[in-house]
Amino acid sequence: MLAQQLVSGIVIGGVYALIALGLTLVYGVLRILHVAHAAVYATGAFVGLTTYQRTGNLWLALLVAAAFCGVFGALIHRFVYGPLLNQPRIVPLIASIGLFIFFQDFLRLVFGPYAQSFPARGPFGLLDLGSVILPGRQVFILVVTMVLLVVTWYVVSRTRLGLAWQAVAQDAETALAMGVPVPRVVAVNFLFGSALAAIAGVLVGIHYNSVYPAMGEMPAYKMLAVVVLGGLGSVPGTVVAAFLLGLVETLLVGYIGFVLPRDALAFVALILMLLVRPEGLFGKGGA
Amino acid sequence: MVIPAYYITLAIITGIYIILALSLNIITGFAGQPNMGHAAFFGIGAYTHAILTTRFDVSFWLAALAAAVVAGAVGALLGLISLRVREDFLAITTIGINFVVVSVFLYHPFFGQAFGIGGIPMPSLFGRVLDKGGLLVLVLLAVLLVVWISRRVEGSWFGLALESLREDEQAAEAVGVDTRRFKVMAFTLGTSLAGLAGALYASFMSFISPGDFAFSLSITILCMAVVGGLGTIRGPVVGAIILSLAPEMFRFVLDYRLLVYGGLLVVMMRLQPAGLLGRGSFLVRLGQRLLGRRETAPVP
Repeated sequence: MLAQQLVSGIVIGGVYALIALGLTLVYGVLRILHVAHAAVYATGAFVGLTTYQRTGNLWLALLVAAAFCGVFGALIHRFVYGPLLNQPRIVPLIASIGLFIFFQDFLRLVFGPYAQSFPARGPFGLLDLGSVILPGRQVFILVVTMVLLVVTWYVVSRTRLGLAWQAVAQDAETALAMGVPVPRVVAVNFLFGSALAAIAGVLVGIHYNSVYPAMGEMPAYKMLAVVVLGGLGSVPGTVVAAFLLGLVETLLVGYIGFVLPRDALAFVALILMLLVRPEGLFGKGGA
Repeated sequence: MVIPAYYITLAIITGIYIILALSLNIITGFAGQPNMGHAAFFGIGAYTHAILTTRFDVSFWLAALAAAVVAGAVGALLGLISLRVREDFLAITTIGINFVVVSVFLYHPFFGQAFGIGGIPMPSLFGRVLDKGGLLVLVLLAVLLVVWISRRVEGSWFGLALESLREDEQAAEAVGVDTRRFKVMAFTLGTSLAGLAGALYASFMSFISPGDFAFSLSITILCMAVVGGLGTIRGPVVGAIILSLAPEMFRFVLDYRLLVYGGLLVVMMRLQPAGLLGRGSFLVRLGQRLLGRRETAPVP
């Protein structure tokens, strides 16, 4: 039973990590709290579902969702955030919340307000590990998540693009002076982070077998807590915080029946954390 | 002349929104501190008022005072947190406070859980229970009070200190402004006024539940202040009036209401980030040109 809960927590934590990584990447280079990221995530789920309904190919669904939302995210940056960078911090934040409200309602108008099921059938089978029995869906989600996390880690820490990202995150002006093509790095960054969110959206749709317009409501703000818990702008911190939150939520809800609703837990942890260690798990000061 | 009840209700709600927008403006506009959980303090005030009047038979006036004091006390705590946690971290913390406060209302039996608290009495004056019209007068008086307080703050040393804090905290400290004290004071004052609005709201509705104080309300309040023009007094007042009447005027686009609302916010931030009536906005410049006057420019 414990092992089962642990696995379930890891699956959820992995999905949190995928969503939160996009936020971290954006915050790292632009210092914007990208609330509209959750709209990208919900859009990804719908695009994936629609593709799957038409073609019946799960991999294609993931790919199309990632491509569509990658472009979507880059457009958000190009037409909304880009021109607002020199404004006080509250201006892009409000614009982001406006975008989130707008696209969430847009999804409702296009796809209807009700939840649609995501009857994914794919390369699944029951994985029996003795004490733990994993349904095929969870195995699929786990594998995709882990592969994407490794890819992200590789891109951020081992490629020229990742190096450029780190340089921009540390000091955009100096990076520009050193010849880093900052606008291109930022654009690719949005593309990549939004694609991750779209895939997370499809995976969550498969996991709960439902996709609905308001599905971004919870991650929109909870993922901000995850990003802060990990130390705003720290990639490994975000991943660790996401897995911790997934595990703690699942275990507390499964065993104790926590007194607060599941979604408030992240914020309780966040507030305690900020009081004790304002720079987050992996942050390097700067709070 | 009899004013239809519908207009009285609309006016009372608008008045309460004006108080909320102005009280947030003291924290976010004057002192420049992000607060995205203002609805939590509104809720704390409303619940304090509701519990005192329904369970302890406290009079409206005393309960309203207590609502302001309790909300202000929690706000002072947030002010202390803001000394340690800044900018974006503070913004996210305030979001968190809103979620946590609402979930406490929702899960603790003392606060009536999802059922909320009902049977909250209307205020009475000299032994006579006020009707809706009387409450409207009371709300308008409260709006005037909050406008007056805002004006006093703006013109005082306290206001100048807050402005210096907003523009450059380190510089303010360097010239000897006790930024810590003023930050806590701004949070305390702003949140206690939100608590007062909560008391008026509880009396008016006679029934409150946790959903009334959700995070989305915090966003609405913030939008009112920002759309009107943060940091001014006219801005939040006008913003609150526009955005609380907008749903009524946009009845014909009822199904697209959120779409229009979200889109407006984005367009507004893109084209007129200082707000409709903020410093240097197109309306203000137009007005100045028509009147042939210049506003005294803020010291750079």
